[in-house]
Amino acid sequence: MLVKDIAEKLQAEIVNPGHHLNREIKGCYIGDLLSWVMSNAQEDDIWITIMSNVNVVAVATLTDVACVLLCENVDPDDNCLKRANEQGISILKTKLTAYEAAVKIGNLL
Amino acid sequence: MENANLKLHYNVDKKDFINAGEASSSVKKVLRKLGVNPECIRNLAIAMYEAEINMVIHANGGTIDVDISPECIHVVLSDSGPGIPDIQRAMQEGYSTAGDNVRELGFGAGMGLPNIKKYSDDLKITSEIGVGTTVEIKVNIPS
Repeated sequence: MLVKDIAEKLQAEIVNPGHHLNREIKGCYIGDLLSWVMSNAQEDDIWITIMSNVNVVAVATLTDVACVLLCENVDPDDNCLKRANEQGISILKTKLTAYEAAVKIGNLL
Repeated sequence: MENANLKLHYNVDKKDFINAGEASSSVKKVLRKLGVNPECIRNLAIAMYEAEINMVIHANGGTIDVDISPECIHVVLSDSGPGIPDIQRAMQEGYSTAGDNVRELGFGAGMGLPNIKKYSDDLKITSEIGVGTTVEIKVNIPS
């Protein structure tokens, strides 16, 4: 399923469109500790997290995840948003918890 | 020259969490353009990012030299930080000396050095207290 379609199905807000809205999501990874995410998130995953600082963009770039989904209504901080914009990282935001979002995504993929 | 190695140099600024990861991202882009095997790129990106972040967290930044040959990617990260008192302990998963401010950013899980070891083919750490640390990472490129 494409990033933009997941956003619509989850009623998630697209906080930064980035370059990946038409990219196919193939899996999902949930995590907030960046070293774990670096090591375990896979290319084309949707990465669910409550981390919202600029380092999220670096990790998303290096792991090649399809997009970042901030859960529980977390807003990216200004540096994160600015860097995501520069690097073309797609960031979505939902009021759902990581679990609720993952259950829905699991049914959609 | 057909087989000349490609050499890259980066400076990592101290406590600069905003630009941390830039060097690793840049190397990753270069490796992609060179058509290097994706698994190698992933391994190198993980190992180098962890090492780059360590420099920012612990060592007031430093320098990174990357040497790309057809056989391997060799990265040397040098800093003039406080040094690592007990390298063996620092290599243990879960062991971290990072402060709360760093943990709040999502780092300090004690997975940095273990990840570097896991994703590199060769890792050499030399460290002297009060002088600095040099981390050498090698990722082989299968022929």
